[in-house]
Amino acid sequence: MAVIHDVIPAFELFQPTTVDDALALQSRHGAKAWVLAGGLDSFDWFKDRIKRPEVVIDLSQVKELRGIRTTSDGLEIGAMTTLTEVVRHPMIREKYAILPNAAEAAASPQIRNQGTIGGNVSQDARCWYYRGGWPCYRAGGNICYADTPTGLNREHAILDADRCVAVNPSDTAPALIALDAKMVLRTPKGERVVNAEDYFIGPGIDITRMTILRPGDLLTAIRIPSTWAGSQFYFEKVRDRSVWDFALVNVAAAMVTSGNTIERIRLVVNGVAAHPVRLTAVEAAVVGRPRSEQTAELAAQLAVRGAKPLQYNGYKVPLMRNLVKRAIRPASAGEVT
Amino acid sequence: MNLIQWAESPWGQQVPTHIAWSLLWVSAVGGLLFLIVHAAYVSYSAKSRKAHFSGDTAVSSGDSAHLPERVARHSLGARLFHMIMAMAMLALLVTAFLPKVGVRFAWVTYHWIAGIVLTISVIYHIFHATFVLDFWSIWPDSEDLEDASRRLKRALGRPAPPPRKFAKYPLENKLYHLVIMLAGLTAIGTGLFMMKRVETPFFTRNPYLFGDMTWGWMYVLHGLAGVGFVALVTVHIYFAIRPEKLFITKSMIFGWITNIWNSTIRDAGPLPKQRPSRRHRHPNPRACPPRCQPTKSALVALPSSSAMNSCWRMRDRD
Repeated sequence: MAVIHDVIPAFELFQPTTVDDALALQSRHGAKAWVLAGGLDSFDWFKDRIKRPEVVIDLSQVKELRGIRTTSDGLEIGAMTTLTEVVRHPMIREKYAILPNAAEAAASPQIRNQGTIGGNVSQDARCWYYRGGWPCYRAGGNICYADTPTGLNREHAILDADRCVAVNPSDTAPALIALDAKMVLRTPKGERVVNAEDYFIGPGIDITRMTILRPGDLLTAIRIPSTWAGSQFYFEKVRDRSVWDFALVNVAAAMVTSGNTIERIRLVVNGVAAHPVRLTAVEAAVVGRPRSEQTAELAAQLAVRGAKPLQYNGYKVPLMRNLVKRAIRPASAGEVT
Repeated sequence: MNLIQWAESPWGQQVPTHIAWSLLWVSAVGGLLFLIVHAAYVSYSAKSRKAHFSGDTAVSSGDSAHLPERVARHSLGARLFHMIMAMAMLALLVTAFLPKVGVRFAWVTYHWIAGIVLTISVIYHIFHATFVLDFWSIWPDSEDLEDASRRLKRALGRPAPPPRKFAKYPLENKLYHLVIMLAGLTAIGTGLFMMKRVETPFFTRNPYLFGDMTWGWMYVLHGLAGVGFVALVTVHIYFAIRPEKLFITKSMIFGWITNIWNSTIRDAGPLPKQRPSRRHRHPNPRACPPRCQPTKSALVALPSSSAMNSCWRMRDRD
């Protein structure tokens, strides 16, 4: 683990009050600027002195990035809305219960009070080789220290690894993908709306980033359409310490059934790759089938097809298989409706 | 500006990791500047050069009269190699550098597949050029250097004998081949080792095959060769589409040049040692060109390069 220093390196702090000002600052300072949301990921980097930005743009004063608004087709959550606000929002709890369930599974109450949903989905990988400042692929180097015969890779990827084997640590990300959420970005070229599924990228696409955000881009809001409102949801997170830890594997499912038959489903797993993995093959296989143990077993077997465990994370294969099974089979313990 | 990116390894050693990617722009701009300067130079000096070299290298009707209408220049094998190598090279450049300029896609698999294609084509080329073609025709020799010296002296206004007509390849071609061969072998050699670090069906991954320092320099060399190719390929394409060089480009597609163009060169070697088809076979293939009579509209492989050389050099002395 990295050595935590008491004093972070000096930087120039900007606290814009509008999105336009924030974008202008990003544009002016380019790659030297660091965008600060809740600070829970950022201050780790700063205190470890691994990242030393010259300029920090603190978004905490930008009011338009906060709050939860209803729209004609669902909800819009400002990127700077805290996880606690998401957890407590009555409409989200009523119609999109999977999201507060996932948000509540993140970290501790104190961290959820400070941490934002935008920051939670945009946080960096937690691979300790990377966080420790080692010159790995993700840090711009030419090696993955975790993917070696002696690398400590118990928490790392079993799917879609491409040189780097770090995983996405977000709890809300799979829930948002299950809800078919849209990410609203402000870029130097204007506003851009992308599916939550496409917001996350693997190392094959860009090994130094976990999202499509580039320097100069800002995630401003997350829109949740009403498509899956009131569906049957399932979220479960498995971690080493139940009180406060990142997921070893988590699963999120949104399902619409007719009688006992699965009509529509979105199934997402995180903690197994550098991006949340939507299991489209499983979805296609279970649609039209009864929600039963047999279907769940089929889904479980299909879900882990192609998984390539590393030296120390072979347990993730049965873990993922079982979580998918629990998400599909009827009346699971983690189900929220 | 740092040309190489350095990092501190877990053992506290300063190791190179990559070249500075800004070198990509240096190479691209360098290539473009070269072609701009060259185009301007050719454009502004065309008249004076024409007058200067008039009579030295001009094509006389007598030069081409004894040649067939079409003269074979590149065998089918050589042309296919060139096409495959060119496609592999472009694929390598696109997959390597588009991500560096912001175009995101999963490039690694495409990159190593193109690298394998390039490697196989280069291995074929080495064997083909060594055992089938005239191996030495592409290497600069003392006559090339002497002619270059003559050209330089004459360009500077100093007295010098006129440069002789070049053989199959002019000196510039030979030097270009030399540089691209060095860059290509560097990229291939380092690239094959780098495949040990990514998931492929060929090797079991082993990032500890070498130490961090050796790996680092391997990445640096691979990067230098890669960015070098940006300029080299730019220059190559530029010369390929220049009007006065188009006949060479066409010959790389169709395999032959017309007798007018062939007569601007000193000898015809190395020619592919393929036998012309029965229909197009020359009546007396071992005879010296002056005694040869061209067949009508026929594609004829010329006699062996040694026979051609001896005849043409004799004529030079005349």
